[in-house]
Amino acid sequence: MIVELGHFCLILALFVASIQATVPLIGASRRHLGWMATGRSCAIAGFLLIGSAMAALMHAYVVSDFSVVNVLQNSHTDKPLLYKISGVWGNHEGSMLLWVFMLSLCAAAVALFSTNLPPALQARVLAVQGMIGVGFLLFILFTSNPFLRTDAPPANGQGLNPVLQDPGLAFHPPFLYLGYVGFSVAFAFAVAALIEGKVDAAWARWVRPWTLASWCALTIGIAMGSWWAYYTLGWGGWWFWDPVENASFMPWLVGTALIHSSIVVEKRDTLKTWTILLAIVTFSLSLVGTFLVRSGVLTSVHAFATDPARGMFILILLMVAIGGSLTLYAFRAPKLQGGGLFAPLSREGSLVLNNLLLSCGCATVFLGTLYPLFLDAMNGPKLSVGFPFFNRTFVPLMVPMIVAVGIGPMLAWKRGDLRGALQRLWVASLFAVVVALGLLYVAYGSHVLAVLGIAVAAWLAGAVVTEWAERVGLFRMSLGDSIKRAINLPRAAYGMSAAHFGLAVFVAGVSASAFSQEAIEVLKAGGSMKLAGYDIVLQNVDRVPGPNYTADRATIRISSGDALVATLYPERRFFPLQQQTTGETAIRTNGIADLYLALGDADTAGNWTVRAYWKPLVPWIWIGAVIMAFGGMVSLSDRRWRVGAAARSRRAVATAPAE
Amino acid sequence: MRRLVALLPVGFFLILAGYFAWSLRPGYDPHELPSAMIDQDAPAFDLAALTGDGRVAREALKGQPTVVNFFASWCVPCRVEHPLLMRLAAQGKIRLYGIAYKDKPEDSNRFLAQLGDPFKAVGIDRDGRVGLDFGVYGVPETYVLDAAGHIRKRFVGPLNEAAVNKELLPMLRQLGGS
Repeated sequence: MIVELGHFCLILALFVASIQATVPLIGASRRHLGWMATGRSCAIAGFLLIGSAMAALMHAYVVSDFSVVNVLQNSHTDKPLLYKISGVWGNHEGSMLLWVFMLSLCAAAVALFSTNLPPALQARVLAVQGMIGVGFLLFILFTSNPFLRTDAPPANGQGLNPVLQDPGLAFHPPFLYLGYVGFSVAFAFAVAALIEGKVDAAWARWVRPWTLASWCALTIGIAMGSWWAYYTLGWGGWWFWDPVENASFMPWLVGTALIHSSIVVEKRDTLKTWTILLAIVTFSLSLVGTFLVRSGVLTSVHAFATDPARGMFILILLMVAIGGSLTLYAFRAPKLQGGGLFAPLSREGSLVLNNLLLSCGCATVFLGTLYPLFLDAMNGPKLSVGFPFFNRTFVPLMVPMIVAVGIGPMLAWKRGDLRGALQRLWVASLFAVVVALGLLYVAYGSHVLAVLGIAVAAWLAGAVVTEWAERVGLFRMSLGDSIKRAINLPRAAYGMSAAHFGLAVFVAGVSASAFSQEAIEVLKAGGSMKLAGYDIVLQNVDRVPGPNYTADRATIRISSGDALVATLYPERRFFPLQQQTTGETAIRTNGIADLYLALGDADTAGNWTVRAYWKPLVPWIWIGAVIMAFGGMVSLSDRRWRVGAAARSRRAVATAPAE
Repeated sequence: MRRLVALLPVGFFLILAGYFAWSLRPGYDPHELPSAMIDQDAPAFDLAALTGDGRVAREALKGQPTVVNFFASWCVPCRVEHPLLMRLAAQGKIRLYGIAYKDKPEDSNRFLAQLGDPFKAVGIDRDGRVGLDFGVYGVPETYVLDAAGHIRKRFVGPLNEAAVNKELLPMLRQLGGS
């Protein structure tokens, strides 16, 4: 009964979305306030309906209602409650439902919190979101319905893929989708602006908080996914340039460019058509990512059930959404009024450079991801390009970008003084050189590229601190005055500093992976191995029961000299239901370096394969990403969003990523 | 000029959409990767057989078109693929050899005892050496060898009904296998 109600709510939501997609649009062009206002009520109704559908499916999972095919295929009574809930989005149908749920959440947020938008603009934004909703609701109802029943329910379900039964993965999709779908707001604003033919500073001010909030959610979502890959896959890798990972990374890159270019629109009333294009492209890349993941066009380790019929449906959706918005862009963009002029060496100029490098970076990722497809179309050999391609194309683009991130904030608007900025950054340069020389000495001149990466990160960190010190007038005026200035500095400035500092931390973490060490040995109980100055002793391996698995748990003592450093318990878990074994790594981190242990197979004589890694600075990758997202949230809390335009919207979006 | 530039994004997207549409055509399977070893001699190998004291060696495979399947008990897609292999073997349509890739013999045996054994013989490739020589990315992978022992085709990932009926069986027929 509840399942049918959920199904019914979803169908109703489709009708509501159809009204939301049309009536406000007509109202906006006829200046009929009542018609425009339907958009808001529809968005809220849609959110309640899709929320109920989501709750109905979740209920079916929690009570293990195996008459629902989706539950049957992805759940099991013995599964812990957390994974019963996360199982809702651990499969194609459920994850699409989560997708539209997030979409309706964003639309309802626009309806509730952007009340001081001009009514016509709000109506058009909501209508565009309604159109996206219609497309995806049709897709779910016709090709991927999670509410289908079976008339012969078996006693128990088939369970969730054990690899997905992990807390990290339980929360990864909601954040990722909030990020993806959040960009639909920027997209809707861009399309609405094209329909109106007007883009100005106020527009940029309305769009920016939404973009920033989505960006924060996406940053956290991607970081969680990569962290999960790091600690579960057992090889110590954290990014694989897999098509699905790239599908989330591309919107992030363009979204980052969008955040920066919309600053220029807001402050200087220029770069408008470019910003509109970025807003369209960011969401389009989210859609293309969805297509790539669900259609089975590319091979990936993230195998979702793929189906060409679904692929064709999403392709049509892409044609309408992306093709439609870009066609609108082609006709309307040339008519938009250009704004202020600026010299190439200026704050605007540095933001343009940032945009160019990020877009080129995104283009290389795009090319690398779709290269197998393009090559195959020309009857070339089928191959995937993987690490070597991305290391040679993407990384060289990002090095100058990181250097530019340090300089950009030091330049003035309109016309900057590059030489002066570089002179003021002498401390950062000195810091980078000292770090580089120190590392080269420690590493005996090896790993030159990694040293370069860490030096660039040190430079950026130094530049961020210098920029802050200049703003508060540190050493130029009395300490008291500096503190007063530091307190009065707008939160947006702190947000920027934090995000850029997070980037520096992240880059250092990535670069330092070249220094990691590993050892793989076959050990008997009591056997030992050495790694990076640590003694690693396998004490014993016990069999312990879990809720829906049995585990072989190793007890491994790590000591350095005579001092015990840690006792770690890596496991191998066997899930009898799926006849599948997963590894559960054990990691000891001190914030600077990780000791990473994974338990491999045992042979007949009772010898265990133990893999141990020592990974310096690796935690900084995720710490850096969290600092970046934190910077975004600090910036979101800035007073600037409160005055005038988006007075109440700020509160809504500031809380959104914290969920 | 401005107008033309503004048309670029949609033009670019249409080309991309064309590629996407093309890749959705029926029968397209991204799992099928060509091998650098196509039309080359299969790498030499001589492995202990999983059952009995015999050996499984390349020389023994020659003389008839043969299908070599790399599998492992720890591999989930292999379980997906297995019923298809059982059916093919039962129909007597193919001469199928297995190579247990990076798998413990007792696990391979348990796997085959549980799901059935479609193979004429299975070689134990404990350290994955032979897989490396063949250029195996991951299991399952399936190779078609002609009577002279040349590799003629490679399937990456689990075989499916379409790949078997449209490619594997026609190829064997063409090679004169059945």
